[in-house]
Amino acid sequence: MSALKRSMTEPGITFRTIIGLEVHVQLRTKTKLFCGCLLEFAALPNSLTCPVCLGLPGALPVMNREAVRLAIRLGKALNCTIADFAKWDRKSYYYPDLPKNYQISQYDKPLCQEGWLDVPGEDGVGRVGIQRAHLEEDAGKNIHDTPGCTLVDLNRTGTPLLEIVTRPDLTSADQAYAFCTELQKLATYLSVSEGSMQKGQMRFEPNVNLAIVRDGIEYRTPISEIKNLNSFKAVRAAIEYETRRQLQDWMADNSYLFGERPHENRGWNDGRQVTELQRSKEQAHDYRYFPDPDLVSVEVGRNAALQGELNRPIDELPVARCLRFQAEYGLSANDAETILAERATADLFERAVEAGAPPKVAAKQFVNVWSKLANEYRRSIAELGIEAKRIGALAKMVEQNTVSASAAKTVAAAMLDSTDGPDFLAEQLGLIQVVDEEELAKWVDAAIAANEKAVQTILTNPKKAKASEGFLRGQVMKISSGKADPGRAGELIAKRVAGLKDQED
Amino acid sequence: MTEDCASFFSRKRLEDRLVDTPIDESQVRHVAQLARLKLSDDEIRQHTVDLVAILGYVEQLSELNTDGIAETTHPLPLCNVLRDDEPQPSLTPDQALANAPQKRDTFFGVPKVLNQEGG
Ligand SMILES: [Zn+2]
Repeated sequence: MSALKRSMTEPGITFRTIIGLEVHVQLRTKTKLFCGCLLEFAALPNSLTCPVCLGLPGALPVMNREAVRLAIRLGKALNCTIADFAKWDRKSYYYPDLPKNYQISQYDKPLCQEGWLDVPGEDGVGRVGIQRAHLEEDAGKNIHDTPGCTLVDLNRTGTPLLEIVTRPDLTSADQAYAFCTELQKLATYLSVSEGSMQKGQMRFEPNVNLAIVRDGIEYRTPISEIKNLNSFKAVRAAIEYETRRQLQDWMADNSYLFGERPHENRGWNDGRQVTELQRSKEQAHDYRYFPDPDLVSVEVGRNAALQGELNRPIDELPVARCLRFQAEYGLSANDAETILAERATADLFERAVEAGAPPKVAAKQFVNVWSKLANEYRRSIAELGIEAKRIGALAKMVEQNTVSASAAKTVAAAMLDSTDGPDFLAEQLGLIQVVDEEELAKWVDAAIAANEKAVQTILTNPKKAKASEGFLRGQVMKISSGKADPGRAGELIAKRVAGLKDQED
Repeated sequence: MTEDCASFFSRKRLEDRLVDTPIDESQVRHVAQLARLKLSDDEIRQHTVDLVAILGYVEQLSELNTDGIAETTHPLPLCNVLRDDEPQPSLTPDQALANAPQKRDTFFGVPKVLNQEGG
């Protein structure tokens, strides 16, 4: 960015970046858009194909209802109008990964039109217009790195995609980055997409040009389309690079202008961190769209399942739910965000609260106990498979001082391998907190006797007294194997040490 | 349709129609290139004549009065032909590759693609 800022300060020149995005989002269906082949990542090449997705003569495509439903759901969340009438068109081009020599897409009657997405940024929320979102099928995969021939795997052909096209409302690489991450959050939260970048389920194509003002006159550079980016980082880096490049190219040659130079297709070279001009054959964009005679229209109002999806209230979105968690349950923003990072986990939390868990204690356990266990097993909290009722019961036990917060960690780990309730497990593990004053006194006395130095610190060094008290409390917990109530242990330590002081005085 | 086909396809009629039609040899060359067809000059000429005839034949439809008739993209009185999202058996890789002129392992092999363009 610093190079950019410097060039901006050249006398008499200012500029702004104009960015539009095309984003392909893979919809979360079990099967392909027009046939029953399974969608599976990294399967044996060409093991998930059939006459329809191989484009064999005579095969007929049939629409997957679930794909249309998911598209309606995301379209609604993007504030789009859902069309009463949508149809399918053939987009013709020749490439080995496209066995039919056309892609089934939606040209002039897309399913979703004219919406927006609000994107948080440094200067507050920015609204980005959505021009359209249409359904289409994915192509297969070409592998170019074999000498002598190109290898083609058609497992991916026919994968349902929603192509979302924004208005050119984005003004910076950072904002484009934020848009893409927001869209991913939304799509995964609504279970519309798995949103996995590793599996290539979201792909981005920014359109970038500059409006440069010199001496009060505005100049626009040619639009370049950066093809097929597959990470958020690449989106940001490619737009930053493209901004610099276009400015430099215009400064070197003032006829580098929109309308005078052609639209450029550029590829992102991640190794060199530059965009590279792609040689595109003349007329490559003559796609000769025409209505697909094999497919009939989608008319949402005339199908109960589709109309039902349209009528369904939009789920509470992450931003609103985060605010509610803070207001309703008294959670900190950080705890709320951690719990909301995955929807199933947030749902589990709310079910645990419904089952009687004290919200704040339960939230602390989600953040400190359950998330650590989940990390160990490389899963999400929800995927640990613990029922809301048992999660709630453990939180209640901590609230009522039946087990200490540290002992709760051991109980939680035991719950993973058992269907028993946390009360039974805590009992078995001997972690029920002891309320017996005599036993507590024994532990406290043992801790004091074994840690003369800490006691002296408390007595003589007020600055370090707190830390040493904490240390002694930890020793009590250790000696008691977590059975002591740390609060009451602390009280008793203070009392005993004060007694020692009286003796000395 | 007032004309009978025989007279419509007569060479004389075709040449008349060539005058006011937008299809010419350069367009046929363009479409052939898009379809990756290698055509000789003779073939280009022949296809131009044929395409003009076909389009001219279809053009007769414009003689019908379609005022007040809704635009349609499909002759069938159907919409929303949908299926459940349930898996069906796929072909085996051997079946899928049975007619492939070239294969490597379970991949299709095609002549080396040089520039990466596409949709
Ligand atoms: Zn298939």
